[in-house]
Amino acid sequence: MKKTVLNSAHQRHGARLVEFGGFEMPVWYSALTEEHHTVRKQAGVFDLCHMGRFEVVGEDPVTALDKILTRDVSSMKKGQVCYSLVCQEDGGILDDILVYRLPDRWWLVVNAGNRDKLLPWFEEKLEGAHIVDHSESLAMVALQGPLAVGLLAPHIERPKGRSLETLGYYRVGAATVNLTGTPLQGWISRTGYTGEDGFEIYVDSEHAEAVFDALVDLSDDVHPCGLGCRDTLRLEAGMPLYGHELSEQIDPISAGLDFGVGLHKSTPFIGQSALQEIESRGPQRRMRGFTVDGRRPARQGAAILHQGKVVGEVTSGSPSPTLGVAIACGYVDSGIPEDASLQVDLGRQTPDLKPHPLPFYRRETEKV
Amino acid sequence: MSEVPADRFYLSSHEWAQEGDDGVVTIGITEFAASELGELVYIELPGEGEDVQFEQQFGEIESVKAVSALNSPISGQVIESNASLLDSQEPITDSPFDEGWMLKIKPADDSWKDQLMNPADYESQLNNS
Repeated sequence: MKKTVLNSAHQRHGARLVEFGGFEMPVWYSALTEEHHTVRKQAGVFDLCHMGRFEVVGEDPVTALDKILTRDVSSMKKGQVCYSLVCQEDGGILDDILVYRLPDRWWLVVNAGNRDKLLPWFEEKLEGAHIVDHSESLAMVALQGPLAVGLLAPHIERPKGRSLETLGYYRVGAATVNLTGTPLQGWISRTGYTGEDGFEIYVDSEHAEAVFDALVDLSDDVHPCGLGCRDTLRLEAGMPLYGHELSEQIDPISAGLDFGVGLHKSTPFIGQSALQEIESRGPQRRMRGFTVDGRRPARQGAAILHQGKVVGEVTSGSPSPTLGVAIACGYVDSGIPEDASLQVDLGRQTPDLKPHPLPFYRRETEKV
Repeated sequence: MSEVPADRFYLSSHEWAQEGDDGVVTIGITEFAASELGELVYIELPGEGEDVQFEQQFGEIESVKAVSALNSPISGQVIESNASLLDSQEPITDSPFDEGWMLKIKPADDSWKDQLMNPADYESQLNNS
């Protein structure tokens, strides 16, 4: 099993370590629910070094990327971050990624479990460009939660004296990170996978442990947080997880990720015609959100029933620490009406599923 | 280090069995198992009169992250099931060897202890894992 550069830091902080995406990662340090609330109300620190950090280099990386990503990357501005899918010809999802347009280069952050699959795929499909894998040399840590901006701002210097507060959501920029006693040159983006405001910080791996510890020490309100709460946070926030909501057998239209697909963008991309066809005839199944009756959470793979027949499958389910009930999402046949009576097969029990709009949780500032 | 009380026997999958004065055997999961599971959200136990089999699954326990099987350290018939656990699984976490007990079993035979680990063996399993 692979380890990130923060493995010994996790052990020092008392993490319970489990396998995720081929890496030994912290699932929690103290307790999942406590860490979940820390991120919702205060701020939590996450190790994201297991994710893939790829730089796209070549004469024309924009055109090369535009031919393989579902989003119109040619319209991205400098300093912009963009969510995109990587699809097969049939529209099946190879990965969901973030594209970073830095002032003078292009970066991709991909899922840990898809790193090894994507590298050769990109090498084959990228025309006139190639990938430089910085996953080992560049570390990635996140500070997520409502207190993140206030706690972090005094320690981040940005070009032209701009403050951290002025870095917009889904924006990235160069930063001098003054957390460890020595100014570190790196990058910072206002991105995350928790449904809260927060930042992802990129510094050379040799400084990762010092930065991680310094973030945890920013305040008594900050705690290291494991992948366990990252999963419940993202599920509440309605964000898909590869291997659950997304796979090579699922297309982004069925997954409800239309916003991440430039169906009619001028540069044709891999999977475009298949996705146009799925869009025009309508997907056969759709992602839906539910609360589960009773105490028992529904888990991935549990059958969704209507009048005793299987009409869908749960992709993720968990007790929701914020809502205080069991929540689940999954695919349901498009022919089943929104208000149809649905149950979930949990073995001895088949509790009712009540429709719940996605996302389950939206932070205050997002509400209109 | 997890506690391993000396007054009972253990299954390698981290369940314990303790004999009472009346020959009835109480079973549950160890402190190590409880701490590995983390926060619990649900438990499913067999009812009175049902049979359980040595090393076979007798129920399920679910944490915030995952479902785990509960395996019986003994063959026999359920005399009583700890119904209070269905409402709150906290006793399993806070007091796994006492208030977190799960079933009281009437053993199918007297030789049930022979198949289980003694406290020292279980402790060395924990130390070597």
